[in-house]
Amino acid sequence: MRLLGQDLEFERLPGAQPVHRAACDDAGLLAFAAAAKESGGRLVALWGSDERDRGTGFALHVAFALAEGLALVTLALPAGHPEYPDLAPLFPAANRLQRAAFDLLGIVARGADRRPWLRHANWPADFHPLRRDCDASRQFPPQNEDYPFVRVEGEGVHEIAVGPIHAGVIEPGHFRFSVVGEKVLRLEERLGWTHKGVEKRFEQFRLADGHRLAGRICGDSTVAYAWAYCLAAESLSGCQVPQRALWLRALLLERERIANHLGDLGAIGNDAALSFGLSQFMRLKEDWLRLSAELFGHRLTMDAIVPGGVAVELADPGGQRIREQCDAIERETHRLKNIYDEHAGLQDRFLTTGRLDPALASEYSVSGIAGRASSQSWDLRTQNPIAPYDELDTQIASHRSGDVAARVLVRFDEVFESLRLIRRIVDRLPRGGLTAPLPAAREGSLGVGWIEGWRGDVLVALSAGAEGGIRRCHAHDPSWHVWPALEHAIMGNIVPDFPLINKSFNLAYSGVDS
Amino acid sequence: MSSAPALVLQFLELILALLAAPLLTGWVNQCRAWLGNRSAPPLTQFYRQLAKLFEKEVVLADNASSLFRAAPYVIFACMALASMIVPTLSTDLPFAPAADAIALVGIFALARVFAALAGMDIGTSFGTMGARREMLIGFLAEPALLMVFFTASLISHSTSLSTIVETLGQREFAIYPSLAFAGVAFTMVSLAENARIPVDNPTTHLELTMIHEAMILEYSGRHLALIEWAASLKLYAYSCLGLALFFPWGIPETTGPLSMLVALSSLVLKLAIGGFLLALIETLSAKLRIFRAPEFLGTAFMLAVLAMLVHQLLETAT
Repeated sequence: MRLLGQDLEFERLPGAQPVHRAACDDAGLLAFAAAAKESGGRLVALWGSDERDRGTGFALHVAFALAEGLALVTLALPAGHPEYPDLAPLFPAANRLQRAAFDLLGIVARGADRRPWLRHANWPADFHPLRRDCDASRQFPPQNEDYPFVRVEGEGVHEIAVGPIHAGVIEPGHFRFSVVGEKVLRLEERLGWTHKGVEKRFEQFRLADGHRLAGRICGDSTVAYAWAYCLAAESLSGCQVPQRALWLRALLLERERIANHLGDLGAIGNDAALSFGLSQFMRLKEDWLRLSAELFGHRLTMDAIVPGGVAVELADPGGQRIREQCDAIERETHRLKNIYDEHAGLQDRFLTTGRLDPALASEYSVSGIAGRASSQSWDLRTQNPIAPYDELDTQIASHRSGDVAARVLVRFDEVFESLRLIRRIVDRLPRGGLTAPLPAAREGSLGVGWIEGWRGDVLVALSAGAEGGIRRCHAHDPSWHVWPALEHAIMGNIVPDFPLINKSFNLAYSGVDS
Repeated sequence: MSSAPALVLQFLELILALLAAPLLTGWVNQCRAWLGNRSAPPLTQFYRQLAKLFEKEVVLADNASSLFRAAPYVIFACMALASMIVPTLSTDLPFAPAADAIALVGIFALARVFAALAGMDIGTSFGTMGARREMLIGFLAEPALLMVFFTASLISHSTSLSTIVETLGQREFAIYPSLAFAGVAFTMVSLAENARIPVDNPTTHLELTMIHEAMILEYSGRHLALIEWAASLKLYAYSCLGLALFFPWGIPETTGPLSMLVALSSLVLKLAIGGFLLALIETLSAKLRIFRAPEFLGTAFMLAVLAMLVHQLLETAT
């Protein structure tokens, strides 16, 4: 089939989601990317793979979200000079993805930004760990390299360097502010400090247990990652997951969403020095997590989703307790929302702070809560929904102002909507088995899983290896697109507002560094 | 020459300040925890923290000069001196003539200048940023504080704190509208000066939002202990000052075991109430955007000036 009127022949990959795949050349890639942008689509992910052992050099994979679903185009790159056209002029969020792809595989975007992204001088510049002939266990002596930050010139401009080690115990990220007085002229981020080589490690996993690693890429989104992985594995092997398992997966995903939103709402209040908000919301979150631990054996419900189904069951009193807790949390969240809404000091900090302009959000392909607070109505639970979301009638949260207040409101809206979904899931949970066996997969077959996690859409692209192994697994976090947009959202704000703005986005470090 | 009992009393007042200041900070923290539905740390937590810091070794930046090392002692000395001048147990203080209300503002300013210089001395961006913000707060807060003192001075015709407190404490009970305005102004200045919410947040770990904490980020060991202790002394001194100016009842002019006891118990009671009210303000407020701080302190200054005007217009009429 054709998409967007472009001269590429797409075939639909097997599986529950509409994923279309086509091979292309340089010109075809650029033309398709331009058409995708024109049609209001967005860049979802960009990654590379080493196919030299199959005699086809390297490959570049680019995924776009379109109205028709996910379009995945693959560009074969010669082994000698693996180069491809720079997509950053069309989709600026491609910049860091391309730099990461170079660090890991040595494939080059022609004429693009060539500064390292994931590589922090911990390994030499010509060492590309994700190449299949590369021994990633090699050790290199620690070194230092200068990273060329973009300088802002002008009278009274000076830099504030923050992190990667902070005054509190938080994840590592380096932020270079160019400021005049308290006003931020420019922010440049330097991430990659928590790179663990997860994608290389996947190659040593078996298809049937890779979900455990996927569920640990980003701990606060463990359900979304595990489901995306399992969806990919089930798609490529043609596994039919029992209905009850799908509904239980949705239950876990919505519980994860609420747990994180409650924590964020408290933390955002705390960053405006309203510690009352933190203690109240953390109390609710703690109750929530404890019930998860009691019913599903893990506070974050890690490893609850397995290829072919789920490893947890909801026995009889459990459903009733979930329903009762939903009522209690809804009541308390309403009261806290009133307090937040009516607190003049807090609203003064929230309103107009850290505004992400809708046009800019679209430019950077921002999805998830950050996107929905800036008019970007992307939510996989309502667009091309998979079971059970096709029967749940999810209402998408959307706000236009793009400031901290909007991101707070999106979270409140989604908490209430997810509580409604959870009650509906518990009421209508179908009977049946919990797992189906995972059939053997053909070597080299590709599966894609795409799940709306609490932060945004998580994508896992999985390629089966020989004898039930994994050839390549790429996991993509939605924060890749929001981090660069954050650099713009802070511009013109004052330095002491950055922590609040950053918290209102609450982006993943581990997820993008993986 | 002061009498021997007065000297003893002066010495007692210093000891009391050094011991009571950490307790006051501990009390405020306890109230904040209770008001936020958290279980509170013990009242003596701040003592333990000081003891821990005094045990620890001092880690100095390579480029730290002697100014950086000296600053904690200067700041601590300033705050100790300030808490000696403020009449808490008695107005008959031998050291009180050494510094009047205006000099007291100067002592606070001296400590501030040293903290800011030390913050800039090691050359980190946070130290400089904190120093810059601290001076902004300082130059807005000090005039307001002076105006508050001037109102009290106009009432008592003296800038000596002892005389002011004697006059205010021993007067017939009468409502001074000027003091009400001055009291509100003083409360606002105290919040800013002591790095409390809504101007600063003493418990934050977010470097970029810090004011006071940013200046002292590089301090460790006994230096940090002295600075923390000095900060609690400052809170104590400001609280006692507020109580002495606006609620001076219970401070005796004479020295004697019985009047001491009365003075001490009324002080403890008043500090406990004051500390609770501070925690209440902090719990109910969010932090201001930093550029709202000038508005906040500008309001304090306006109120203090208004207090003087009210005094001139209403209270001096004969």
